[in-house]
Amino acid sequence: MNNSLSLSRHDALDRGGKAQPLLRVRGLQKHFTITRGGMGRQAKRVHAVDGVDFDVYKGETLGIVGESGCGKSTTARLLMHLLAADHGEMVFDGDPIGQRGGISVRGMRRQVQMVFQNSYASLNPRMSVEDSIAFGPQVHGVNRRESRQRARRLLDQVGLSSRLFAHRYPHELSGGQRQRVNIARALALEPRLLILDEAVSALDKSVEAQVLNLLMDLKQEYGLTYLFISHDLNVVRYISDRVMVMYLGKVAEMGEVEALYRAPAHPYTRALLSAMPSMNPDQRTQQAPLVGDPPNPIDLPPGCRFCPRCPMVEDACRDAEPALEACGTAHQVACRRADEVMAGAVPVKRISEESPT
Amino acid sequence: MSLAAATSDPAAASQPPLVEISDLTVHFRTPTRQVHAVNGVDLSLERGEVLTILGESGSGKSVTLRTLMRLLPERRSQISGRVSVDGQDVLAMSQRQLTRFRGRTASMIFQEPMLAFDPVYTIGEQIAETVCRHEGVSRREGLARALELFELVRIPSAQRRLANYPHELSGGMSQRAMIALALSCRPKLLLADEPTTALDATVQIQILLLLRDLQRELGMSVIFVTHDMGVANEISDRIAVMYAGRIVESGRVEELIGAPQHPYTQGLMASRASGAQRGQRLEAIPGAPPDLAELPQGCAFAPRCPQASDECLAAVPAARGLSDIHWAACCRLPA
Repeated sequence: MNNSLSLSRHDALDRGGKAQPLLRVRGLQKHFTITRGGMGRQAKRVHAVDGVDFDVYKGETLGIVGESGCGKSTTARLLMHLLAADHGEMVFDGDPIGQRGGISVRGMRRQVQMVFQNSYASLNPRMSVEDSIAFGPQVHGVNRRESRQRARRLLDQVGLSSRLFAHRYPHELSGGQRQRVNIARALALEPRLLILDEAVSALDKSVEAQVLNLLMDLKQEYGLTYLFISHDLNVVRYISDRVMVMYLGKVAEMGEVEALYRAPAHPYTRALLSAMPSMNPDQRTQQAPLVGDPPNPIDLPPGCRFCPRCPMVEDACRDAEPALEACGTAHQVACRRADEVMAGAVPVKRISEESPT
Repeated sequence: MSLAAATSDPAAASQPPLVEISDLTVHFRTPTRQVHAVNGVDLSLERGEVLTILGESGSGKSVTLRTLMRLLPERRSQISGRVSVDGQDVLAMSQRQLTRFRGRTASMIFQEPMLAFDPVYTIGEQIAETVCRHEGVSRREGLARALELFELVRIPSAQRRLANYPHELSGGMSQRAMIALALSCRPKLLLADEPTTALDATVQIQILLLLRDLQRELGMSVIFVTHDMGVANEISDRIAVMYAGRIVESGRVEELIGAPQHPYTQGLMASRASGAQRGQRLEAIPGAPPDLAELPQGCAFAPRCPQASDECLAAVPAARGLSDIHWAACCRLPA
């Protein structure tokens, strides 16, 4: 069947071997100008993504978490080249993207696809489900008949019977069904990396579980790599192998999911974890871990960006921005007092009482 | 003028329930079909109690809430049943009575605070206007009251914030301002329609804790609508689970979260990603909620239920009591 075919296609494309990261990102930066400088006016810029480095390994799921405005969605759009980065280098399986001697943006998009949060807005309302899925392959040179066959096969695979659904239009589907169509469309080009930007966030809980199961199945079947962006820490813990925590355009902490959830090294990660509503009626949250809203990424404080909200801030934190440094095996953090946080200094009342460990 | 005037007194327990809904049905007509949004809901709320209505989209939770304030479009909705709040029959009220009722007896907060405010007036003016209209006080007194309210909802530098326009406030701040607006006439009943869903988790928990404190300080009753079990656990005394326009299970938080009895509630608990081991499949509820224009016969959950039998399809199951407060509507439970 098609599966073995697509796996062999992957093998043919997998040039660097297992050890080479599928995606390597260095110094990624994007600032949006909202007020130009000059004439005595200070320029105002949103520091959406402000120097981010990370690798995505083959076959893993990397989760990205953070509050609104932390730059997680901008990062995804920069990776897809839906936005042009100010600076930064992106290397896809050894090939620099969009550079001489590397891989073209178009070539990269064949191998990297994206699923968005708004399942309705991301489908063309005038195209049937089948046409939407077959459109991508046709653009990339697959003939009409074959691309339609592929669309129908994918529909069946994401749990929508092609006999019933192929000719329906987006408005005739529920949110969960539309998101399945979006996943099928993303898979139509047989990508190697799938970027899921809050892909299950708008779904009802009972449907969310179905879609998560589907994502796990597809990952195994096609040997996919996921970049999973979400604000839901429970879902990220469930689906990810590694997690990257972002704060105001920077990576605050990155590490293996269980290690990071069990012993967060950044005060921000710890606060995020303890802000999750409790599921135990006898242990309700007594105190909010952070005060106030996430600050806007326009006027950044000097030094560490988390200073104004940090319960452990000291003078030195305001002097220099901490670099991302190793604090354990495959665990990195950007905090001067990470050792104390990991040791449990300044205890937070409840981190997460329902850890499945 | 003390805002804590309405604090619950010991006599409250012996008073009749603040809210009593019996056999409420709400249908919406469209040119081509009729949507059965609420299909026979019975509900009561004690004074000083916090009840959460938990349900997915299309379960009828928001429609039930809106009926309590008569906010549904009059011409397109057919409402039957009885709805009484603080001894007043809500469905029989005239427009004039409704205007007095809204804000004073019951008031509501929404998911999108930005849409609740007029963008061209300052927040302070809008709260003062509400107070003036309802209580006939001067503008100055209204503004003084607005300041008092801003301090009550713990908005830092309250005086300065009153002069802000809605767009100048962050998400969490405008949610606080909306709570202040809703509390401006000391309502006995606060209706909250997913007020924390659009917020970041770190802000959500602050708003939940604020609502919990305010409820205790002011002794009001609250009906909170959400789809999030964790949020329901943090805020409520009692939870009612809705599915396809009916309440399928209701009980104290400890009973409902500790030992859910209806297969739908059990399914919701089992499908949560938080309890699952990584790499293991989630126990998802199969299928999707029914089309409200074509409800199945009998128990609406039967088509998705792992334990369904012929009995379930025959008639809508009656409530089976499990404790003095806890009940579930499922044939499988002993009558």
